[in-house]
Amino acid sequence: MSKSRRLKLRIFRVVVLLLMGAFFLLPIGAMLEFSTRGNDVTSPRTLDAWVRIAQTPGLVKGIVVSLQLAVITSLGMLALLLPTMVWVRLRLPRISRIVEFICLLPLTVPAIALVVGLKPLYVWVNINVTPSVLALAFAYLVLVLPYSYRALDAGLAAIDLKTLSEAAQSLGAGWGTVMLRIIIPNMPSAILNASLLSVALVLGEYTVANLLNFQNLQVEVAYVGLTDANTSTAVAVGALLLAFVLLMVLTLVGGRLQQQHYIPGQRA
Amino acid sequence: MRDTPAPTTAAGPTGGGRRFPLSWIGAVPFFAYVGLFLLLPTAIVVIGSITAPGGGVTLSNFAGIDKPFMSKVFANSLGVSVVSAVAGAVLGAILAYAVVTGNPNGLLRRSIMSASGVLAQFGGVALAFAFIATIGTTGFVYVFLKSHGIDIYANTVWFYDPPGITLIYLYFQIPLMVLVFLPALDGIRPQWREATESLGGSTWHYWRYVAGPLLAPAFLGCTLLLFANAFSAYATISALLTNGSNYVPLQIQALLTGETEQSQPGLAQALALAMVLIVVVVMTLYALLQRRTSRWLQ
Repeated sequence: MSKSRRLKLRIFRVVVLLLMGAFFLLPIGAMLEFSTRGNDVTSPRTLDAWVRIAQTPGLVKGIVVSLQLAVITSLGMLALLLPTMVWVRLRLPRISRIVEFICLLPLTVPAIALVVGLKPLYVWVNINVTPSVLALAFAYLVLVLPYSYRALDAGLAAIDLKTLSEAAQSLGAGWGTVMLRIIIPNMPSAILNASLLSVALVLGEYTVANLLNFQNLQVEVAYVGLTDANTSTAVAVGALLLAFVLLMVLTLVGGRLQQQHYIPGQRA
Repeated sequence: MRDTPAPTTAAGPTGGGRRFPLSWIGAVPFFAYVGLFLLLPTAIVVIGSITAPGGGVTLSNFAGIDKPFMSKVFANSLGVSVVSAVAGAVLGAILAYAVVTGNPNGLLRRSIMSASGVLAQFGGVALAFAFIATIGTTGFVYVFLKSHGIDIYANTVWFYDPPGITLIYLYFQIPLMVLVFLPALDGIRPQWREATESLGGSTWHYWRYVAGPLLAPAFLGCTLLLFANAFSAYATISALLTNGSNYVPLQIQALLTGETEQSQPGLAQALALAMVLIVVVVMTLYALLQRRTSRWLQ
């Protein structure tokens, strides 16, 4: 590479990264600024809006509900998807394409369109199963399918499932033991990945909850924002920063787990 | 595909016999669940949109789309999606190139990829508040610019109009482009550029005849993905535009929540089906272009 071109490339990179950095950091900074504003332009910085988060019953309830939904959805996703994917890989490989297609289907059915079909279904669910807001987990499990499927599929592809399960079964292990003591301990980072993606999606979900008249975190944030934009902005930026921290943890822990866990057939 | 000999069972020693029906049992819970909460709602949308209120097949629900204000609604949605997809793709590709030309294991690349992962998912209510706090009429950047003599809303407050929505959408479109386009850029070998140079080609020749044609399908495919992404988005505009329904998702919202007397579930289902069809066509093209890219990308 010639010297002048290297210099040009360097200038190009610096300019692009600075401009993009400004575009992406300014709104986050502006949110922090907005959420610490006093009542007046001249009044000093205040954390009142952040304090008001805890004092707004709707927001607290929304946070609790969304956290519960996140846990239920993640566990439900693992309970439904992981055994199915293992079973299909071992016993029914010829339908693996169908399972993949179905799992990726929510990517092509926009949530706003899916909710139109879910509405009559939820009328029935609310009457016959439960009127609780936690019933949203049924729909959320569908929404997280594509992301969880990809994460778990990558994890399953990295271990020699057939050898591991055959070895376990020849030593007398049943399916439950194979799942809980052989497969799950061998793919911790994929399971963590799938769970965290589900948690992130559920915590940010607004479309389905809003249109089915359930109050989760995002619906409450939008509602509170109508009267007290500062507090809503504080919640929004808090959630975003939390997401950044979670993802950084995932990248660090994920990388470490990947190195530690046992991968049969992979030579050092 | 069917005729490839698939190792169907793990249980070797007890093999033989008819285990075919039994092996399906493990897949039953999954199919029952997605049947109930994914396929059934989709079927409700499809069937509902072609069913007349009294029963029987009809296309009258689609007649509701063929109205002047509906064309405007679709034009708004498609306009914002196309512009934010193309602009997002170009800017995202430039950012991805700036990332790729750096150290492949460097901290900069790792943090930009992580940040893109978060920001690509950052559509929604929070995004609306982020931009209200930035360039809303009391926003930090707007107030700062105005105090320095630049009034970006001198003629009209375009923040709540399609240009404003497009700008807001770029906040998740650019990171998504970085995520999906970077693998294609990574597949470009420096040797190809050296080969071009040793044959007397200039930078222009390299981009026009080597890198350009190789990257074109990937670029086009990613642009389609961005289009589908923006077209499906609902939360941000819902939180930002509390009144009015100038976009397809907001029309569906208005029809579903049914504050008007004449609630029209049939029209909502027809609109939903129209959205699904548009996204399915776009995503199919995306998948085809991705397959083409993956041929040389290894």
